[in-house]
Amino acid sequence: MGLENVIAEALPEVLTTRLDSLINWARKSSLWPATFGLACCAIEMMNATSSRNDLARFGSEVFRASPRQADVMIVSGRVSRKMAPVLRRIYDQMPEPKWVISMGACATSGGVFDNYAIVQGVDKIVPVDVYIPGCPPRPEMLIHAVMMLQEKVMKESVRDRRDVPEAEAREAVVPGTLPITDGSTARQNTLPESRPYTIASRHERRRSS
Amino acid sequence: MSTDQPIENSEAAAPSPVVAALQNEHPEWVSDVIAAFGEITVVVPREHLIAACEFLKTSPDTQFNFLSDICGADRGVEEEPRFEVNYHLFSTTKHHRLRVKVVLNEEDTHVQSVTGLWKTANWHERETYDLFGVIFDGHPDLRRILLPDDWQGYALRKDFPLRGYEPYSLK
Repeated sequence: MGLENVIAEALPEVLTTRLDSLINWARKSSLWPATFGLACCAIEMMNATSSRNDLARFGSEVFRASPRQADVMIVSGRVSRKMAPVLRRIYDQMPEPKWVISMGACATSGGVFDNYAIVQGVDKIVPVDVYIPGCPPRPEMLIHAVMMLQEKVMKESVRDRRDVPEAEAREAVVPGTLPITDGSTARQNTLPESRPYTIASRHERRRSS
Repeated sequence: MSTDQPIENSEAAAPSPVVAALQNEHPEWVSDVIAAFGEITVVVPREHLIAACEFLKTSPDTQFNFLSDICGADRGVEEEPRFEVNYHLFSTTKHHRLRVKVVLNEEDTHVQSVTGLWKTANWHERETYDLFGVIFDGHPDLRRILLPDDWQGYALRKDFPLRGYEPYSLK
């Protein structure tokens, strides 16, 4: 005696569903990635769209050079300290809904580059939805990640995805990275506490926080 | 390594005409000559760098009209002098090369900029400043070029910690 029956009698060509399911289905079926190739992982990312692997089967092959037209950012490669504010800025310019795939060991954890120049994991800067291990991961693994992301998208609700005000997005920048603005912090003369980074100091910080 | 280029560590073997011209012009400009692996290095006192470089660029015997690279080096924390700056010169007309070396003490890492002679020195000197902290006097725009603007310290110095300093490590 549900609504479906009533509608089915009145309009036989109408289907009913949850709004979330419909919208999520539309979203997951065309995830447009923003190109963010940073290192060798980018070669595998390009290969994933090639005829052999054909990411287009999953609706995710339209790589956009503009973040305004992109849904998912595939961070493929190591993120240097200087690239970090740029990456955050690109992420902020993407409209909601947006997702992030961290591709490869370097983007996920810094990989073998445990040094001053490389951000130890892109999740210090942007929220990451799917991590891919590997150095570099094969295109199949990227396709698998896209499929995992599609599963995740299907579980979301429209209410969860709203554009944050710009001011809030700017605040979200991790301390220690350059803010996205005019470089005014570079002119500040406040020297942060400086001591060599060691394993011990990392544990200290974890205990204190 | 090819056999026609024997390893020579003394200046006795085949003195270079470039070095001879430099010494003839002004003996004080050359404090040491190192010939090794078929390459000639001239150590020039810091105060004579500009004059020597100008001679090397303009003299018809040398004609070093191309500065291919500038690189810094940190010999080690306990070494004295600690830093050196190497200028790699090349002549596109005479097809010969020369390395000019300036050594610097840790307390006084100043050296005159050669941007007035070779415009390409601009970014090379910025890079050397960025990574070694060598100050190039007279440089038009001595800013960091590779590392972020708010970086602390000089990353290629031997006493710089590999993982950087705490606020920047982003752990």
